This record gives sequence, structure tokens and C-alpha cells, in this order.
Amino acid sequence: MTTLEKTTEDILQLASAHFKVPREQLNPTDDFFKKLGINSLQALDLLTRIEQHFHIELPDYELQGVSDFRTLAERIQSRL
Amino acid sequence: MKSFQGKALSWRVSDGTIELLLDRAPCNEIGSESLVELEKFTAALESLQREAHALIITSARAEGFCAGADLRELYERSQRLPPAERIAAVRDFLERIHRVMNAIDGVPLTTIAAVHGVTFGGGFELALTCDLIIADKMTRFCFPELRLGLIPGFGGIPRLKRDLGNGVVRDLLLTGRSINATKAQSVGLVSQVTGEGDALRVARSTAAQIEKFDRETAMAAKRFIKPIPHEELRREIEIFCELFTKPAVEEGLRKFVESTDALPYLP
Repeated sequence: MTTLEKTTEDILQLASAHFKVPREQLNPTDDFFKKLGINSLQALDLLTRIEQHFHIELPDYELQGVSDFRTLAERIQSRL
Repeated sequence: MKSFQGKALSWRVSDGTIELLLDRAPCNEIGSESLVELEKFTAALESLQREAHALIITSARAEGFCAGADLRELYERSQRLPPAERIAAVRDFLERIHRVMNAIDGVPLTTIAAVHGVTFGGGFELALTCDLIIADKMTRFCFPELRLGLIPGFGGIPRLKRDLGNGVVRDLLLTGRSINATKAQSVGLVSQVTGEGDALRVARSTAAQIEKFDRETAMAAKRFIKPIPHEELRREIEIFCELFTKPAVEEGLRKFVESTDALPYLP
């Protein structure tokens, strides 16, 4: 069973690889918009990569108000 | 015109395939300039179709295929007009874009939308005019119009209903959520999902396959299986125009145009 910690780590790895930010500079409580410097279109891109990685559907309205990696991981975890 | 280079799009004929390339920053929003050039394209289709067997519609923008109608232009133009004239201007735009969409939908060629990234609203509706949708795996499809107090106005609902089950149509329309290419393929919207950056290559390969078939037979098959839902398209324009008079629409457009939200594209 995938734990919240593993899910969070996977997201951080995905974000690091795709947005070219060193993994060690990313923390679970970081605001990913600010930390990754991404706009709304890039956030959709991240959402698609997350859906593909975890083989889930994550409706984008579930991301309203979510801006840190840990809460994002919780939303994903609830669909695994 | 065998080829054309405009401000919002270009087209050319290559190996018996017409390629229509959308290229207007930031993400091919369809405003009056795009509409004029799309009208030029559909006028040119009359002669182009004689030397082609397929049409591919694609985008040069990295952000995606098309983010839909140019809401900024729609809002700013509406603000410049007296209230009584706004609805007439909107109706005129809708009538014209419907003529363009219907012309592409019914053209006697096999048509392919090669899409990637954001394929929202009017962009989704443009893709739905095509016989096949070939999607890069990073594509997202969405009808976000309800957040503006509107319904899709470029023929989206009747065409989606023509192609898919009503439950899927209601899900996309009533939640305004976006779905990825894999989901779109699983519900029957997308014919092929490709790797990143590969949709156009696969569309060209598909067009080459189509060339092997007798064109008259292919067009007989298309006419038989792909009727244009004219009555529902007319009704869509009427509903859109009725909704457009409501104060909630002006407020929704203003909020979108002035938005500094991190996620203005999400419902």
C-alpha cells in the first residue's frame, strides 16, 4: 500500500524532474506555484503527469485552494 | 490559395494533405482576427479539397491546441457597445463561427485534429468538428463555460452528443472539469493517444493511410455516419444568446479578464 509519505515523495520527484528544480530544494509544505514558478497552464501539465504516474483521475476542482505538495498528496492518496 | 500565412493561422497542402496550423499567442484564443482567417480558410477549402484527401488541424503553440474563445476581446468589445447592441454582435460572431465549424465538419475530406496541451472550450469544439482526434498524452479537454454563466457556443454540445454518450457529455458540461487524453480515449472521444510531441507525426501517418482508399467511398461513409446536427446547433445559438443577456455573464467575464488567480483556467 502506498503511504502518504511515498506519494508526497513521488510528487516532489515528478515536480523536480519536470520543472528542473533540484529535489533537495523542495519540501512537502512548499507552495508549489511559488516554488516551481508555474502558471495555471503549467499546473494543468503537472496534474496530467500526476494522473499518469498514479493511474488516477483527479478532477481539477479538487485542486482549488490546494497549493502545497503535502495537501496535493492527500488528495491523490484518497484516490489510490 | 494553396498556402496562406496569416496573423493567427496558416495553411499549406503537402502530399495530398491540407495542414491548418493555428499560431496565435498565447494559446490560439479565437477572436475576430482568427475568425476572419478561419473564414478565408473555409472559402479556400472549396478549391483545396480538389487536390487533397485529408485535412489536419494542429497548433504551433507549445501551450496547447487552443484555449477557446478570446474572452478578453469578447468582454472588452461588449463593454464598448451599448447593451442593446451587445447581443447582436455576439449573435453575429456565433453565426459566423458556426458557418466555419459546419464547413470543416462537412468537408468531403477525412479530417484529423492533432491536439496537445490545452484543448478547452472553443478549441475543444474545433477539434470536435474533425472526423478523428489524435491526442498527445499531455492533452487536456475541458468545457469551462458554465463558470462564466454560459454554455459552449461554437457547436460543442451537439457535436459531443453526436459522438459520445449523454452521461459523458453531462459530466464534462456540468462539472466543467478537464480530462486527460487517456480518459478521453477511454470514453471514445480520442482515436489515438501519442507520446509527447508526436500527435502531428501520427496524424500525418494516418493521413497517408487514408490516401490508399477510394475517396468517393470514404466520403459516402462519412456522410452516412457523421450527420451535422443542424437543428441542435441552431438551438445552441439561441440558448447562448439568451444566457448572454444575464448580468452573471458580464460579471463572470469581468472576473476572468481581471483574474490574478493562480488557476484562472480551472473551474
